Amino acid sequence: MHELGVTEEMLSLVVREAQAHGASRVTAVNLLLGEFSTIVEESVRFYWDFLCRGTIAEGADLHFTIVPAAARCRACGNSYRPDARDERCPVCGEALPMLIQGDEFRVESIDIE
Amino acid sequence: MPKTIEVKQSVFADNNALAEKNRSLLDQHGIVALNVMASPGAGKTTLILATAEALALRLRCGVIEGDVAGDLDARRVEAAGFSAVQINTGGSCHLRAGMVERALSELPLPELDLLFIENVGNLVCPAGVRLGEHLCVVISSTPEGDDKPTKYPAAFRGADAVIVSKWDVAQYVGFDMGRYESALRRISSAVPLFRLSAKTGEGMQEWLDWLVARVQEL
Repeated sequence: MHELGVTEEMLSLVVREAQAHGASRVTAVNLLLGEFSTIVEESVRFYWDFLCRGTIAEGADLHFTIVPAAARCRACGNSYRPDARDERCPVCGEALPMLIQGDEFRVESIDIE
Repeated sequence: MPKTIEVKQSVFADNNALAEKNRSLLDQHGIVALNVMASPGAGKTTLILATAEALALRLRCGVIEGDVAGDLDARRVEAAGFSAVQINTGGSCHLRAGMVERALSELPLPELDLLFIENVGNLVCPAGVRLGEHLCVVISSTPEGDDKPTKYPAAFRGADAVIVSKWDVAQYVGFDMGRYESALRRISSAVPLFRLSAKTGEGMQEWLDWLVARVQEL
């Protein structure tokens, strides 16, 4: 259910950008999805399949690139890849991560005709 | 001729822009807003009311109630004498900044110091969806079990405070605070953790002191 609203927002961003570039059709959407984003790729695909109907993005392929989480420890400054259920720094043991990447859901580019 | 055009925009950009707008409006009026997140039945409304009543002499409180349907919570808050606006998300599992923007237009902002935004009961979806709040508070109640930070880490990751509610029944439901705290500390070393019962009042003072201090800071 979560992804319904998110996919609607993604579609409106895609359509807006495509129209701004005078596209008649969107053939692909290239997405960056962070592993900490709480968004499930399969659910976005499921909603996309019916939301895109009747728009210029109908039938466009979704290409996901998964972005691994990366954090800097606020306590000791170490850079590491936190685990979703255990975000402690492997060097100092504190769970004070400043997430540098991994919570994003971005439209990187679209393929248009 | 097919071509690729760069977009490089967050899907959340529109929501985040509205959240910024909400935040500025709140700041103009000197209101501190709390985004209150928890599962259904964790005691969000009960704790919000107990907090608003305890602070009534110091801070003027209002509430935005988010639910899929119905206005039971807003009526309950209004019956207690506080300003309340009900948002019905109509199936959406979390509040979005645009919904809060509309709710803010219905509240007497010049008369408020503290605004509780009670999110839809859910520990998955509201996480990371900014509304314009100053503080995120996550409540989990003892009957839900002591494994919530492990099962729903995203909800706890961004929290400014975590509250274990219904502390008065902890012993009857086998809630192990040690287990809960060690799971939470794997997600966040520093987040303040409160245990309390809004019903008996146990533990309320620590939470109220923390909240008042944060409101004064902001």
